[in-house]
Amino acid sequence: MNIQGENKTQNRIYSLLPLWIVVGIFMIGPLLVMAVVSLMESNVYGGVHFKFSLSGYRQILFDTNLFDEIEFNPAYLIIIGRSFMLALVATFISLLIGFPAAYFISRQSNRVKNILIFLVTIPFWTNLLIRTFAWIIILGKGGVIESSFNFFGLLDEESSLNLMYTNSAILIGLVYSYLPLMVLPIYASMEKMDLRLLEAATDLYSNRIELIRKIILPLSMPGIIGGSILVFVPCLGAFIAPDLLGGGKKLLLGSLIQFQFSYARNWPFGAAMAMFLLALVILVLIFNARLNRKHREYASQK
Amino acid sequence: MTQKKVNAIEVKNVTKVYRSSNTETRALRNANLTIYDNEFFTLLGPSGCGKTTLLRLIAGFEDITEGSINLFDQEIVNLPPNKRPVNTVFQQYSLFPHLDVYENVAFGLRRLKKDESLTKKRTMEVLELVQMKDYATRKPNQLSGGQQQRVALARALAPEPKVLLLDEPLSALDLKLRQAMRYELKTLQRETGITFVFVTHDQEEALTMSDRIAVINEGEIQQIGEPEQIYESPSNKFVANFIGEANFLYGFCKTNGENGLCELYTGHSINLSVPSHIKQNDKVTIFIRPERIKIVKSSKDKSQLSISEFTYLGNAATIQLKSNEQIINVNLPIEDLKVFKKGDYVDIEFPKGSAQVID
Repeated sequence: MNIQGENKTQNRIYSLLPLWIVVGIFMIGPLLVMAVVSLMESNVYGGVHFKFSLSGYRQILFDTNLFDEIEFNPAYLIIIGRSFMLALVATFISLLIGFPAAYFISRQSNRVKNILIFLVTIPFWTNLLIRTFAWIIILGKGGVIESSFNFFGLLDEESSLNLMYTNSAILIGLVYSYLPLMVLPIYASMEKMDLRLLEAATDLYSNRIELIRKIILPLSMPGIIGGSILVFVPCLGAFIAPDLLGGGKKLLLGSLIQFQFSYARNWPFGAAMAMFLLALVILVLIFNARLNRKHREYASQK
Repeated sequence: MTQKKVNAIEVKNVTKVYRSSNTETRALRNANLTIYDNEFFTLLGPSGCGKTTLLRLIAGFEDITEGSINLFDQEIVNLPPNKRPVNTVFQQYSLFPHLDVYENVAFGLRRLKKDESLTKKRTMEVLELVQMKDYATRKPNQLSGGQQQRVALARALAPEPKVLLLDEPLSALDLKLRQAMRYELKTLQRETGITFVFVTHDQEEALTMSDRIAVINEGEIQQIGEPEQIYESPSNKFVANFIGEANFLYGFCKTNGENGLCELYTGHSINLSVPSHIKQNDKVTIFIRPERIKIVKSSKDKSQLSISEFTYLGNAATIQLKSNEQIINVNLPIEDLKVFKKGDYVDIEFPKGSAQVID
């Protein structure tokens, strides 16, 4: 008996319709709007002129000078490069902290494990903006760090450590914001790991370091790759930490885009940058998919 | 063996207690045993008896609660597992899934920093030994259970351990393969000359492969001896029952000593040696294997024993005799198959030396 009726394919399409609508309106729609905007001319009072133009994209690399000549302008490339580097470093630091943390959590008893994982997710319960403001209080002039240095006499009242408004401050903010996204996937892959393999490796004369390098690291690779993407991608477009902790002195990709839409009123340029960022992210994901496929092929070659 | 035996492993007064927040489990109680060099030694017992715990203590995966373990006269209790010259074949093989067969087998040699040519030579040598040379580039998940078993064996043998520990390595294989592997393991042990410590709950495995067996129950060693010894003269009821089939006949002692005499509740008298601590009229339990009992035809007025069950096995038969509250199992040899049938009244005889006072 065919309960679903004659036309299964049609049924499947109709029953998934709500999903398609949600995905269409909330995900693909805005992207398309963005793509269209990036191909328009800018309007100085905000919004766009509905006229096709590639000026948004051209502006990423070229600038029009006083004599109306088009010349190469590396300023935005530098911003992109800086963002890339900061995101990369932030991802690396997150990995350095997240990997041991995930390992530690995965070795606890079930009860402790659940509590620790719960603690890792707690920061998500409050707004990122507020949490980043808290870092101003910690890092800033006369903040928590400086006053404790003062208290112990390591720093006199007049001078400052100048922690705020530096790349380090931005990095601290980024790592802080996205560290849980590194810990969780690594934890998930370590949780699945057969602990008897560690026993077997120890039995075969592995010391602690070899245990990590030869067994734990390769077996938690899927989690490490997943976590790195989850951290790297939002770091690349982040603007809250760079603005609040970096003081916006050194522009980053995320801040730059946000700036184009809010103050500079150059929507096409902002949209073009956003599309460029999207392209970068997609490139990273493709690279990762390649890596994964290679890993899988390697794992199951017949 | 006339040559002097070298002690490979000495387990002295070893006790292991697992402590969790509110319970204390005594997995091993004051265990003592000596395993000789070049020996195939089996730890046999039901699951949860502590045999695996003992193996893990030797390997170093568990901390010892009390006692000491010597490996070739060197105390090893305080050494971590990676510093002990013993290797383990795990029950679930635990091959490294991200490494191919070659790298799995070479793993121990690489950790010992052997040079590349030696590693390669030795790895291929042991792969050859377990007939897995053609599979060197495969991943563990592309191998069958039996093949994984061989690789696990090769991996543990490659670093030339002084003692090889095997934790129920055959239990995950199907019957035919398991039987074939028994011979292979035994041959391998003889060829390599490495001391094997083998853990199993399968008495047949233990009897066919071992040089000596230690029977363990509830954390205590019940008996240590050669397979024959364990089977023919078990030291207590547990050993008698756990290994092979056993009849326990109840009665009382008439005279003790070397030429003692006991009378069973079935009315039979048995001549056998009765330990001197059993006095006249004490209750005794007498142990005898089903295949040792002889039965002869009788009639209703002479005997109260009748055949209550008759199970045909093809090459033999087992019958169950009932008299009042006593049940006796007897294995019937093939030439007697046609002679007896269910319901017959029979009498039993105990050949000299076949029965033993066990309690």
